[in-house]
Amino acid sequence: MHSLIVNLGPRVRWRRILRRVPPIFWALMLMLLLSVPLLAVYSRAGGMSWAFISNMLERSVTLAIVAVGQTFVILVGSVDLSVAFVISLAAVLASFIMQGDPSMIAVAVPLILLGGALIGVVNGVLVTRLNVNPLIATLGTGLIIQGVLNTSFQNFAGSVPREYQQLAYGRLLGLPAPIFLLAALVALASFVLVRTRFGAHLYAVGGNKEAARLAGIRTTRVIMLAHAIAGLLAAAAGLFLVSRLGSGAPWVGPDGIYDLESIAAVVVGGALLAGGRGGVFGTLAGVLILGFIDSLFNQLGIDPYLKQVLRGAIIIAAVAVYSIRSREEVA
Amino acid sequence: MSIISTKSGTLPKRFLRLRAIEPIYFILIAIVAAMVLSNPIYLDYGPMMQLLRRSSPLMVLAVGQLFVIVSGGFDLAVGSLITFLILICALLLNGNPELAYFAIALCVLVGLMSGAVNGLIVSFWKVPSIIATLGMLLILRGGGLYMSGGSARGNLPDTFRALGRDSVFGFPVSLIVVIVFGAVAWLILHRTSFGRQLYMVGSNPRAATLSGVNVAGIRIAAFMFSGLSAAIAATLLSGFSGVSTSAGDGYELQAISAAVLGGAVLLGGRGSVFPVIAGALALHALFTLLNIWGFPKPMRDVVQGLIIICAVAYSARRK
Repeated sequence: MHSLIVNLGPRVRWRRILRRVPPIFWALMLMLLLSVPLLAVYSRAGGMSWAFISNMLERSVTLAIVAVGQTFVILVGSVDLSVAFVISLAAVLASFIMQGDPSMIAVAVPLILLGGALIGVVNGVLVTRLNVNPLIATLGTGLIIQGVLNTSFQNFAGSVPREYQQLAYGRLLGLPAPIFLLAALVALASFVLVRTRFGAHLYAVGGNKEAARLAGIRTTRVIMLAHAIAGLLAAAAGLFLVSRLGSGAPWVGPDGIYDLESIAAVVVGGALLAGGRGGVFGTLAGVLILGFIDSLFNQLGIDPYLKQVLRGAIIIAAVAVYSIRSREEVA
Repeated sequence: MSIISTKSGTLPKRFLRLRAIEPIYFILIAIVAAMVLSNPIYLDYGPMMQLLRRSSPLMVLAVGQLFVIVSGGFDLAVGSLITFLILICALLLNGNPELAYFAIALCVLVGLMSGAVNGLIVSFWKVPSIIATLGMLLILRGGGLYMSGGSARGNLPDTFRALGRDSVFGFPVSLIVVIVFGAVAWLILHRTSFGRQLYMVGSNPRAATLSGVNVAGIRIAAFMFSGLSAAIAATLLSGFSGVSTSAGDGYELQAISAAVLGGAVLLGGRGSVFPVIAGALALHALFTLLNIWGFPKPMRDVVQGLIIICAVAYSARRK
């Protein structure tokens, strides 16, 4: 397959690469272009600029991290609704453990990432071993995390050291550090999906679970691992968010609507909710579109409550655009 | 399967009849007993009625949710719909007693409309109901806050609150509402062809379509019924709750937990009205019990999460 591509001429190869770019990317480009005149007229802060784009990218990083994790579970035909609460948990624990002490960074980060992965494994066990519908299972674990978190913490807990905030506010080669973080994550996730055996298994299980099982793939393990990755990346998103905020509170995850927005981003990026189709670049485009709309609303000075209404409508519409063609009945 | 049936065949008939009773009634009795043991005040008529009055919004909501669950979906928008209605009515009435009945009618209308929109999105746009109704939750929450300017404004006249607050001969009006609503729901669900079609849609939508059932119409009607229940729950809740931006918070998941406790099977096809009402009462009593035992309020979420997961895992195991 790959050797075939190499043997073709350079022009055909380019066309192949271009075809790999999800169509949604072109939609994003078009939206950016169209917003230039709109912002020039109505913006409160001086129209379209590099600052606008870089700001939009930075704000999208948290959502992008969760959404990449969500891509893995949606690819196997599952879903994770507990991510918003895992983000809260990670953010609160990070600032609570660190308490402004830089030496605790090395303790808190691996611990929290491991915790996120463990929650993902619990979700995976519920989905695969106990056959609980993934929407309900992860809704349930989310509720449990929320309850435990709200019982233990009522407000912002502790704070992260200034060194840790470099993760969100530092600069590298004149660019904001989070952009490099985002690029590295997308490259790694895309490598896993496209170039590794595990990636191929993900698509196979999502496409047809029974066929994958008959072909000798351990479907249970693949689904479990996908959930573990989603949990891990949700925790990572919480770790990034807390470096932006300086301190974590139990509501930072749900307030960001990361559960719904991550699902919407993945679906907008061309993935099927039933599994088997989708990819990291599509998800990234989905995240950027949502982030772009958000930045646009901010620039236009739209009321925050009205913004919430529009967000709800956009999420429904975004999922609908892709699900409307499905002939299957949904629950 | 065959082992169980031969086994139960040898059991005395009285035990078999006991098994036919929904387990929720035993759970309810156990929770109420624990409550009375922890605090004997609940044996008195007044506190007992107060408990029933406070659980009446949840009972109505759970019955509405049951219709959606039987049809195979979820309605996560009801909590924010309640908040929306209370905020809007307080803003609109601002203590004016004459318009109360108009406002209640408006609530019913908005509830039905919001349900219809949910149903349309789910059946024609094929958006999974959890996602569609979570989106609707955002829309209603944002909409309510937008119209009231971010905080609760205005107030509700006593005429509006009467359904949830007044008593007739010492018997709470809200309980009469629950009984009437429950009876109507029971008739619709168990004695009409619409009810039978609802179960068909929930257990096998494909088969229902092939046998000529208007699946989309049935689904939309189920969501509208849930919206109606939210409107009624909002007026009942206003009897004892203040006008606040968090009035209906958490009610959507409580309604689902109550329905599940009452034996409704998530993702469709099974469930019945009276056990679900008992489930709502049991959940409310359980929360009261947790309160008596000194558990902090957020522990309720943990309990609900466990109920939902365990119930679904249990019914998945039985399949």
